[in-house]
Amino acid sequence: MTQDFLLSLAQAIAKGLLTGMVYGLMALGLSVIFGVMRVVNFAHGEMMVVGMYIAWAAFEYGGVNPLYSLPVVALLFFAIGYVLQRGLIQPFINRPEHQQFLLLLAIATIVVNLCLVFAGPDSRSIQLESQFDSYELGPLVFDAVRVHAAAAAVVIASLLFLFFTRTRIGKAIRAAADNHMGALVVGLDVRKLYAITFGVGAACVGAAGALMITIIPVTPFLAAEYTLLAFVIVIVGGLGSMTGALLGGLLIGVSEAVAGLLLEPSLKSMFSFGLLIVVLLLRPQGLLGRKDSR
Amino acid sequence: MSRRAIVTLAVLAVLLLAAPKLLGGYALSVLILVLYFAYVGQAWNIMMGFAGQLSLGHALYAGLGGYIAAGLYTHYGIGPWAGVFAAVAAAVAAGSIVGYLGFRFSLAGVYFALLTIAFAEFTRIGFDNWPWAGGSGGMFLKVERNVSDLANLRGGSEMFYYLILAMAAGILVLCRWLLESRLGRYWLAIREDAEAAQAVGVPVFRCKMAAVTISAALTALAGVWNAFYYNNLFPETAFAMGRSIEITLSPIIGGLGTLFGPIVGAVVLTGLGEIFTSASDQFHLPGLKQIFYGLALMLIVMYRPAGIWPWLARHLGFEERPK
Amino acid sequence: MSGARLELAGIGKTFRGLRAVHDVSFAVPAGAIHALIGPNGAGKTTIFNMIAGVFTPTAGTVTLDGRTISGLRPDQACDAGVGRTFQIVKPFKGLSVLENITIGALHRRAKLADARDAAESILKRLGLHDRRHQLAENLTLPDRKRLEVARALATEPKLLLLDEVMAGLRPTEVDVMVAFLRELNAETGLTILLIEHVMRAVMALAADVTVVSYGEKIAEGTPAEISRNQAVLDVYLGHEEPA
Repeated sequence: MTQDFLLSLAQAIAKGLLTGMVYGLMALGLSVIFGVMRVVNFAHGEMMVVGMYIAWAAFEYGGVNPLYSLPVVALLFFAIGYVLQRGLIQPFINRPEHQQFLLLLAIATIVVNLCLVFAGPDSRSIQLESQFDSYELGPLVFDAVRVHAAAAAVVIASLLFLFFTRTRIGKAIRAAADNHMGALVVGLDVRKLYAITFGVGAACVGAAGALMITIIPVTPFLAAEYTLLAFVIVIVGGLGSMTGALLGGLLIGVSEAVAGLLLEPSLKSMFSFGLLIVVLLLRPQGLLGRKDSR
Repeated sequence: MSRRAIVTLAVLAVLLLAAPKLLGGYALSVLILVLYFAYVGQAWNIMMGFAGQLSLGHALYAGLGGYIAAGLYTHYGIGPWAGVFAAVAAAVAAGSIVGYLGFRFSLAGVYFALLTIAFAEFTRIGFDNWPWAGGSGGMFLKVERNVSDLANLRGGSEMFYYLILAMAAGILVLCRWLLESRLGRYWLAIREDAEAAQAVGVPVFRCKMAAVTISAALTALAGVWNAFYYNNLFPETAFAMGRSIEITLSPIIGGLGTLFGPIVGAVVLTGLGEIFTSASDQFHLPGLKQIFYGLALMLIVMYRPAGIWPWLARHLGFEERPK
Repeated sequence: MSGARLELAGIGKTFRGLRAVHDVSFAVPAGAIHALIGPNGAGKTTIFNMIAGVFTPTAGTVTLDGRTISGLRPDQACDAGVGRTFQIVKPFKGLSVLENITIGALHRRAKLADARDAAESILKRLGLHDRRHQLAENLTLPDRKRLEVARALATEPKLLLLDEVMAGLRPTEVDVMVAFLRELNAETGLTILLIEHVMRAVMALAADVTVVSYGEKIAEGTPAEISRNQAVLDVYLGHEEPA
């Protein structure tokens, strides 16, 4: 193997890791929601796309760098998620899976088409000043925007870990996830915790959207793809496991980047789906999932 | 079924048979769509409504069926009536693989659904890169005007109407027969509680395999019909997750596990779709139709979670027997 | 219907290194009623699950009329003549009572109409006939328990495994169930093995009792012998009183 090839491979892996961090943050939202409520958010990719559009609009009309509009986007998404859970999803918590699926599918359809109505079908992207900056580490070159996005994703994920391990509410949510009945017995307001959880999950994916727009242009049609991608990541990492979601994000990020290098670009997601099938069969609880999460 | 229901069915049957003479081109095309969704919904309902296995990848079977029959016809001149056997065989093989892996490794619920999605997506990408099938550029059947060649399924919408009508009627009879058979009852038992079913002697794995293969075979037939009706196939649409989801909607909206649910669901959903299309055309806003559609889905699942048909049947005095 | 002889020879089950059942042997003669008792967590249900094909024993064998049935799948065990109920009842909730039993009856009959006839007669015997068109999920607990028994009987077993069918029943309801089982046993010669905490039922029904604790057999004998057995009393003292 030539030096050149190894270098481009290393380059691809590095790029995949950086993108993978943002993927991981997106998947984290899905994983948190499932882990606590056992509801699969079929509208996840749609929420991601909305996050991308809002950050795009803030930049386009207000000149705000997505890294700065991100906290606002996250807060807004928290509020949307909270209300959505309270108003629409809560009554479906104990209903059969296919009904939850249909509800979220309906929400997804509405959301993605609202994007289409407001932003049109054309792809939208933003041109940051840092677009062409890069950091060099030995022979490797890192795009500045990707580095910033990945760094922000790491910060947000860390904050989330702190939230779940250090705060009262975070601990209460974990308790409710482990033992629904027990949580009710000790007097936790499970409905409220669920709403907060959905808000937190939504905030994750909204933030991931704000970061993603700095890397990739957005169209409404990306939504379904992101939903699938988030599923793949979360299943590979382990549904309900937070570290699993991040690890899955990195894995898929890297495998996409490497497959894009070695194979036809159009074949790159075949890799991810192949990985999904293998994981589902050999370790359905995911790489880091617990056995009981099935 | 009540007497009233039988009379209604008979009147409906006569109207349906006469429809091409009574309806204009547009109305007939809508009716064709209704029958198509009723048919595929019925096929999917066998798996989910009867046996309780959630498949969100049924586009795989329809797509495979369509591609194989269309490919045999365009490449080798093998007509669809022969090609359909290969199409069904391929779908059954695919269904067996998905089923075997899913059921052997006892994936349930969401996990099984994700496996079905993954296989459909996997196949989509494969077809995108398969020259025989035309790759992402798609596969096209030669359109011949003013012919009516039933042997090669080249003809106008009237031919395809009667074909899909026969298929929809046939699958209704088949599903009824299945449901009244031992296998059908075993499926219901598995849907309700697989462990308890196995304890009373239901060979769960074999019955689930029967459900997925029968459902896949029937779905492949719809795929063949679809390919020859529309004359084109693209991996992007034939294997799309959206296509799979479309298949699931009629039975869920109409009433999962019921015989008439998929039909009622197809009527309601196609009807709503057409109404919203013409309504939103006046505003020239792409996406508006889908927003209405999403809202309608949401309202139905919120207020009629068991589907429209059970509720309708009660109010019209058709009352399906308790199952 | 007639009973079969059940024999457990040194069966054991280990879950990931954890010993749930160890070297349990006992036999139930054809047509006998035998009780399996012991404190919660003693491994009674695990033993049931090994007879019914849910678990494959890690040691020993289970035979029914001399034929090895351990290692079969649950549906194969049912084929071989094992009928069972579940401790936490598992009705087919969305189906009617009649359909529940019909599915059991389909095991030995291919035609739905025949199975339905068989189900009707079982329902009459168990006093559930007037509720046959109700959905199983709408039944009261005692009725659900009866439904479990009826569904198992519909498969025409030679051995009936009853996992705490008396639990949660009122004393009069226990008496009704006891009378039914005794009658069933007398009429058909069906072999019955029951896990039971309700001692009143055990005393009234069982010819012999096997006691397990911490996965091992600690005593066996007639109900009268068992109630005087020091090892058994030791196990129950400080655990839970046999009611």
